[in-house]
Amino acid sequence: MKQSITLGKVTRIIGLGFLVTIKDLFTGKMEREQFKDFLRKFIVPIASIVLFIGLWHMGAKTLYNIEASYKVDKAATEQGQEAADAMRACIASGDVSCQPNTLPSPLQVWESYKSLLRDHNSIAADKRAFKEKTAALNAKRLAKGKDPITYTGRPSFVDQIFTSLKTVFAGFLLALFIAVPIGIVIGLSKTLRSSFNWLIQIFKPVSPVVWLLLVFMIVKTLTKDSNSDSAFIISFISVGLCSMWATLVNTAMGVSSVDKDYINVARVLKLGPVQKVFKVILPSSLPLIFTGLRITLSVAWMVLIAIELLAQSPGLGSFVWEEFQNGAIDSNSKIIVAMFIIGTIGFLLDRMMLTIQNMVSFNKNDGI
Amino acid sequence: MAYLELKNVYKTYAQDDTGTQVLSNINLSIEEGEFVAIVGFTGSGKTTLVNLINGLLTPTRGQVLFKGEPVLGTSHERGVIFQNYSLLPWLTVGQNVYMAVKEAFPKEKKSVLHDMVNTYVDMVGLTPAINKRPKELSGGMRQRVAVARALAMKPEMIIMDEPLGALDALTRGNLQDEILNIWEKDKRTALLITNDVDEGIYMADRIIPLRPGPNATLGPEFAINIERPRDKTELNDDPNFKTTRNAIIEYLMEIGNERRVETEEAYVLPDLSPKNFVEQF
Repeated sequence: MKQSITLGKVTRIIGLGFLVTIKDLFTGKMEREQFKDFLRKFIVPIASIVLFIGLWHMGAKTLYNIEASYKVDKAATEQGQEAADAMRACIASGDVSCQPNTLPSPLQVWESYKSLLRDHNSIAADKRAFKEKTAALNAKRLAKGKDPITYTGRPSFVDQIFTSLKTVFAGFLLALFIAVPIGIVIGLSKTLRSSFNWLIQIFKPVSPVVWLLLVFMIVKTLTKDSNSDSAFIISFISVGLCSMWATLVNTAMGVSSVDKDYINVARVLKLGPVQKVFKVILPSSLPLIFTGLRITLSVAWMVLIAIELLAQSPGLGSFVWEEFQNGAIDSNSKIIVAMFIIGTIGFLLDRMMLTIQNMVSFNKNDGI
Repeated sequence: MAYLELKNVYKTYAQDDTGTQVLSNINLSIEEGEFVAIVGFTGSGKTTLVNLINGLLTPTRGQVLFKGEPVLGTSHERGVIFQNYSLLPWLTVGQNVYMAVKEAFPKEKKSVLHDMVNTYVDMVGLTPAINKRPKELSGGMRQRVAVARALAMKPEMIIMDEPLGALDALTRGNLQDEILNIWEKDKRTALLITNDVDEGIYMADRIIPLRPGPNATLGPEFAINIERPRDKTELNDDPNFKTTRNAIIEYLMEIGNERRVETEEAYVLPDLSPKNFVEQF
């Protein structure tokens, strides 16, 4: 029996049900009730976004004015009226040298976003040119058994995003491979559960920064002789260790709280211990395991930025930190761009996990 | 020797012997090919009794003998249909039955097992729904899957723990007939636990009431001497049916009343009267 896949079903699984409402609007299937629904699901959110941007704009403007008048006053008290007038004129002219440094307005952020994209395009073009230039040489070097020459220029903003994603997925996979098996073993045995409990309770609330330092201590020694990228190793291991606890606890809970009816079925069918775990206990705890994994992924993304920032590992975190240190006129707005990008990617990652979670979960009472 | 025999079985869930007994002094013997029904109030320890027989629980004292051997654990020889269908919701109907068949006949080839699954799913009339998951099925269909799953393991004895309790009256009737048909086909020994006297009379050879717990024990048995196949509509006019039914219900009512009397306690209220506030002002 095949089930028809409709837009409605797909969007409901992904958690974007409002798309159906938009489709109805364009296909003219809108009734009065549905129109109200459309208002609620579509117009109201858009209005709130507009309101948010408006408030932000006004707030930024106020902060800008405070900062500007402070600068003018300072010039007046320190250098006299003439300097104050010059400062006022300088600020009004929009000259880079005397702009007040404060919260950027939405428009500035949008400009920075475009400039980051331009920057990315030019770096990408550079890379292509470099590749073409070194293609012949690299072929020769490879033939001689030497390492090819790689592009070592500055990474663009988009490159940083992909580096961050790589780190987060490496950390997530590490968490998955540590937490799920341990969670299953702990969940199955009451003795192990109580012997591991103190460890979990103590290490769970440890801050990402401390994890980073701990991992740094160990990895630094271990990678002394190799020339591998230890910053990447340190950051992904720290991300994994910080984020694995939710999965560990949820897996252990899921495995230890399997419905008694399912266990009875397993006993009546006389399933062996391995079969019991793989055919009854694991499938029935999958929904909880995936809930844990979903939390793990969002925690991983959240701590990643802080860890990259401290570990000097390339990525969005170090981008933010470098921009802050940089102190250029558009640094603040670039940080805000990074903030929105981080938020959006976090949201998309969460949706991805939610989709998988919805696909594997079942209602607890379905079979009973 | 009886096919299934319970000898002086006691069951308590407390750690020691002193706790309240759920079941006390249960004696029961069932012959091969017999259909026995045990009727009792809810909460009278019926499920505990079933779990003792199928091997999910062990008695605190006494013995459960199946074909002369003590029951030490679950066995494929005794198929169980649970009160709450207990299907695995992540498997389809076919997969649920297949899992049981594969465990019962581990040496058979895959194709043979699949044929068996198809046969039993067809027997309960669910072939069109074989690839559906339990959540897409109605309660009656789910219970049919549970019946198919239990029967597909070809057990020698089939134990039913209020199998139709959660179903509506119409579906109930249909499934009763289906279970009876299957039972009559190869005359397996069957034990039905139910709270419905009519259902017991319609299906069983013997009815044994369970006096409600704590300290639940079996009452006197009532033989049903109505010829098979039984017809539901004719049954209502059968004088034999009427007398048996009345006798059983009377017995159950009597113990129900007894229980109420036993539990009646005199509550001594403290001798208090409301304070007279008026005088204070």
